[in-house]
Amino acid sequence: VNHRMRWRAALQRLIWSVCVSALLATSANAHLVNTGLGPFYDGVSHVLLSPEDLIPVIAMALLAGLNGPAAGRHTLFALTGAWLVAGVLGSLVAKPLLPAAVTTGSFLLLGTLTAADRRLSPAAVATLAVAIGVLHGWLNGAGTGVVKPATVGVLFGVTSAIFVLVAIVAATAVATRPAWARVAFRVAGSWIVAIGLLMLGWELRKI
Amino acid sequence: VSCKIPLRLAAVLALAALTSATPSMAHVQDGQAQGFLSGIWHPISGLDHVLAMVAVGLWGAQLGPPALWLLPVTFPIMMAFGGFLGLVGIPVPGVEIGIAASALLLGIVVALEAKLYLALAAIIVGAFAIFHGHAHGTELPAGQSALTYSIGFVIATGCLHGLGILIGTVHKRPLGKVMLRLSGSAVAIAGSLFLWRALA
Repeated sequence: VNHRMRWRAALQRLIWSVCVSALLATSANAHLVNTGLGPFYDGVSHVLLSPEDLIPVIAMALLAGLNGPAAGRHTLFALTGAWLVAGVLGSLVAKPLLPAAVTTGSFLLLGTLTAADRRLSPAAVATLAVAIGVLHGWLNGAGTGVVKPATVGVLFGVTSAIFVLVAIVAATAVATRPAWARVAFRVAGSWIVAIGLLMLGWELRKI
Repeated sequence: VSCKIPLRLAAVLALAALTSATPSMAHVQDGQAQGFLSGIWHPISGLDHVLAMVAVGLWGAQLGPPALWLLPVTFPIMMAFGGFLGLVGIPVPGVEIGIAASALLLGIVVALEAKLYLALAAIIVGAFAIFHGHAHGTELPAGQSALTYSIGFVIATGCLHGLGILIGTVHKRPLGKVMLRLSGSAVAIAGSLFLWRALA
């Protein structure tokens, strides 16, 4: 009986706690990115939760990895560097120079090159990485508004996440030897093209 | 003190407090999860689609490399192209007939273990994929993310091909070959029923 009473009292305390918490709750004014852990982690979570940025980054890393270690190394620094610089410039200008729909071009271009498994020189891959970094980084920076310490923190979080992602994915693509793995990467490229085509259709439908 | 308050009263008050909670204001990126789940669901929501896509994987497994991966690469891209046509308002005539015919023809080629030229096999698969994409690629429910819908749609399609390839691995065994051809016959019979219904 004592056990049951203790359980009942605990249940009542829990219910009252829920009741008071619910009454004290304020409106959740959700932000684009807000983890509550600070700007750096907001930036990290932005990359991981935004397919429009995450998928091109993965596609770029796969393409770099398929083109060998040198292309992978160049991409690692070219993509993140361009993304960070363009992000800071974009936040200073505070408006996108191109419509966000242009990012579907990243899906189509990177997906096609990955699916086709075209051999490119490290310099060509690095140039492509800079172009992708500038395009997406500028849009990220313009989206965060006028430059301030928090924005810089967000951009550092974004580029750190990209650096780690590219390092892992490109290194995996370089190191994976079996033929089926290369086929799997190419299939992933074809899926990215397909997603890009559908996205292009959705964007054109809005016009 | 808390023990003297009836449990039911406390529960009712808690429920009232929860139902009166303030709303969560609009997110910038709405409907991400719903869009993804809708996209995943669409290709598997119709048996005609499922059978045709699995049959592509079965046929690829029968033909072996490079068809093994070329056909499942061709299908999603051409399917997305079909979806693109639908989205920009370009009609494709006889979509339902095309989908039914795809199940019938792909079932027949699996049943016959047809060894066609690689390019011809890719053209057949790609042409049928346009019908599938046109039918399903444009059906985004209101308020959901188009991007995550597209991602889910493509992933589900790819997984159906993968399932077909996985089943097709039995092709290495003599009994497996027979079973694959029988399953191709079953797909063709189902396809003929779908075609009958589409033409009726």
